[in-house]
Amino acid sequence: MNIFSGETEVLAPLATGWFLENAWLIPVIPAIAFALIILIGKRLPMKGSELGVLSMFGSLVLSAGAGYQWIQRTNSATEEQFVAPVIKSWNWWQSGGFEFGIGQHIDGLSVLVLFVVAFISTLVQVYSLEYLRGDRRYTHFFAALTLFSGGMLAMVLADNTILFLLGWEIMGLCSFMLIGHWWEEDANSRAALKAFFTVRTGDMGLLVGISMLYFAANDWTQENLGLSGFSIRGISAWALSGEPNSTVIMIAAIALFIACIGKSGQFPLHTWLPDAMAGPTPVSSLLHSSTMVVAGVFLVARLYPVFYVGLDIPGGGGNLIVIIGGITIVISAALAFVQNDIKRVLAYSTVSQLGYMMLGLGAGAWLPAVFHIFTHAFFKACLFLGAGSISHSASHHSFDMKKDMGGLRKVMPITFVTWIVSTLALCGVFPFSGFFSKDEIIDNVGYNGYNTFMIIGLVGAFMTAAYMTRATYLTFFGEPRGASAGHADHGDAHASHDAHDNHDSHDGHSASTPHESGLLITVPLMILAVLAMSSGFLNATPFGESWERMKLWVEPRPAEVIEETHSGGPGESLIINLPSAEEGAAKTVCGSAQPESGVCYAPKLKHAPFKWSKAMISMVIVFLGIAISWILSTLLFTKRDPRLVGLTQRVKVLGFGHKLLVNKYYLDDFYEKVIVRTVAYPISRAAYWFNQNILDGILHGFANNTRKISGWVYKNVDQRVVDGTVNNSATFTKSVGTAAQPSQSGKVSQYGALLFSAAAVAALVLVIINT
Amino acid sequence: MFVNQFLFLAAVLFCIGVYGVIARKNAVLMLMSIELILNSVNINLLTFALRNGSPDGHTFALYIIAVAAAEVGVGLGLVLLVYRNKKTISLDDLSEMRG
Repeated sequence: MNIFSGETEVLAPLATGWFLENAWLIPVIPAIAFALIILIGKRLPMKGSELGVLSMFGSLVLSAGAGYQWIQRTNSATEEQFVAPVIKSWNWWQSGGFEFGIGQHIDGLSVLVLFVVAFISTLVQVYSLEYLRGDRRYTHFFAALTLFSGGMLAMVLADNTILFLLGWEIMGLCSFMLIGHWWEEDANSRAALKAFFTVRTGDMGLLVGISMLYFAANDWTQENLGLSGFSIRGISAWALSGEPNSTVIMIAAIALFIACIGKSGQFPLHTWLPDAMAGPTPVSSLLHSSTMVVAGVFLVARLYPVFYVGLDIPGGGGNLIVIIGGITIVISAALAFVQNDIKRVLAYSTVSQLGYMMLGLGAGAWLPAVFHIFTHAFFKACLFLGAGSISHSASHHSFDMKKDMGGLRKVMPITFVTWIVSTLALCGVFPFSGFFSKDEIIDNVGYNGYNTFMIIGLVGAFMTAAYMTRATYLTFFGEPRGASAGHADHGDAHASHDAHDNHDSHDGHSASTPHESGLLITVPLMILAVLAMSSGFLNATPFGESWERMKLWVEPRPAEVIEETHSGGPGESLIINLPSAEEGAAKTVCGSAQPESGVCYAPKLKHAPFKWSKAMISMVIVFLGIAISWILSTLLFTKRDPRLVGLTQRVKVLGFGHKLLVNKYYLDDFYEKVIVRTVAYPISRAAYWFNQNILDGILHGFANNTRKISGWVYKNVDQRVVDGTVNNSATFTKSVGTAAQPSQSGKVSQYGALLFSAAAVAALVLVIINT
Repeated sequence: MFVNQFLFLAAVLFCIGVYGVIARKNAVLMLMSIELILNSVNINLLTFALRNGSPDGHTFALYIIAVAAAEVGVGLGLVLLVYRNKKTISLDDLSEMRG
């Protein structure tokens, strides 16, 4: 595309390095490890788990290296320069003119998420060494866990939507295997199926969206960039080029967003996520922090230009993403109040935090939302692993806060401290990491003109603080109850959750006193807690520009790029020219109008200036939430205040609300009883009626007639004509056979001689004919 | 190219093979004779392939080698089973196929 005119300034080449060029190895390692674990895992001394841990550690090293070199790369660029992603692409397969590539697209976003995924996966695998010790399907668990992370890693660094889809689906499959890990129990396998099918419902949208984008964008990308319409880079540039038809790109964006709703557990498809708690706790931790549910958010962040243009994000006011995100925040936070299962509280809190990410992305706060993926991964993984630690060592594999927990802060000091740190981070208390990301989202949402949704965000923050305080109070404070009080309740609680592994033979559960977990569990907890505390400082907007490292490293710079050589093969670096600063990059039109020359890869986003006054408001709200919830919890759960106990039974309105929440807004009932019934039942009933009356009727009539006809045919045709012929030919054959019998001597050599002489005669005939 | 010599060799081998199949009483020797016949055919194919300068004959020869290997495998398996059941592999004693 040589339509460039005006001054050019050839910039120094960007720094690159081995880790960036070879980042595609990161998902390859777990994929190989998966195959090895399946094939030879059972024969290894640690039953294949060492392969899983090692492969994740290898991926972690590689992605840390890539992260480091990416930082160097951004540092080597000038401030407004577009930092070109490191793209490598190979032809995968070709079919009828369609070319499907496979390759890597390494930029700030993918490096960040790669690191988070590899990091959390490593810790979770180490934790699982202890948590699942002695499990019946130990080897298969590690195999699936490794492939799960591998799928996510492949999806994150995909350079085209086909590879993206592949990683996405691998994750869907692995989540099914892992949630249903203890499939002997009916509830677990039903939860796995529910997760799989709910996500599949959304996946339809991904397929539709990808194909729509391909057919809409392919011509433009081939002509201008030499890329296929599957390429993420090509699609981004196309979306911002001003070319696309606004209806087409809007429908494509909606279709893609439906996939995100399914995967990221947004309203109304969030129902699978809390049920996914049926899986082992490490799985929940991984699934809820860095893999799987983040995939939907990642898709929006990855193809952001499509959503930006398609759903008119800069317009303000409200669009599909913010509406869904806003609804999700509030309804799932409300659901978290009525849960007794500690993991379900965390699950709803994940749903609500994902709502924040979607809200941020939908309102143009790209960087805060991506940063929230980063911080959320650490504290949510820590919370889930903490819950696992409690059930593993204190409450006999029960997750019921009301029945089996309470007063655990003294017996489990490490778990308690890490839990408190992560809870404060989740609530967004200064200076824990959640503050820097969540507050930024709320702040930017308001700044970009989505005022209603800023208020929803603040309400969500209040509710988050309140339900987390309730859960913390029930778990760690008050009097010990049930299993944590030492009652050897080996009945239903234990049997229902871990009936298939024999923990007790290993780690002295039978002693039935709550105690702190072992090092393999507490060390990952501590690492995660430290990160939950400190990771926010990577983008600490309150302390000024120099602290905003994430903005520098991760956010793509909205510059018009003019590419002179676009036909370069894999690995060939692009020569990038920029319009000189005063006329081009500084006043870039990216995302707001059609670029005059060159292409944009990222829209220009606004950033809200940080104000302590705004931060103080949200801090006050959070502290109010904590305080009110604390007081109510003390009164209700410890003092059994008569004014509060049984309140829902006495006041009708509250009772109705409580019932609504306990039944999860009847969404599950709605899906199963209404949608499945109305769709599936009439179809099956109609099919049955059709079968009984029409098909059978036709068949019966047909059969009767056939019987009559066949009776006549039998007498006249069969007996006389056919049988006569057959009998005669049989008699003839018999006489011939008797005549030829002597030649069948049973001697092989005689047969051979006959064969060869026949062949010789045939050859002779051939020779004579041909001469 | 001395095509004649090759064809002559092939013809001789073929005849030896045919003689073996007809005259030999031992099942293993008969299998070996069949191999001779197959290989004489191979020589014919190769000869003409070389003369015509086309790779088709070579390809066929390779196929025949593969098929012959399979055939010998099956044949020897049969002989082995026959021996186990009858304690003999003399073809004269095996006349169950008599009509």
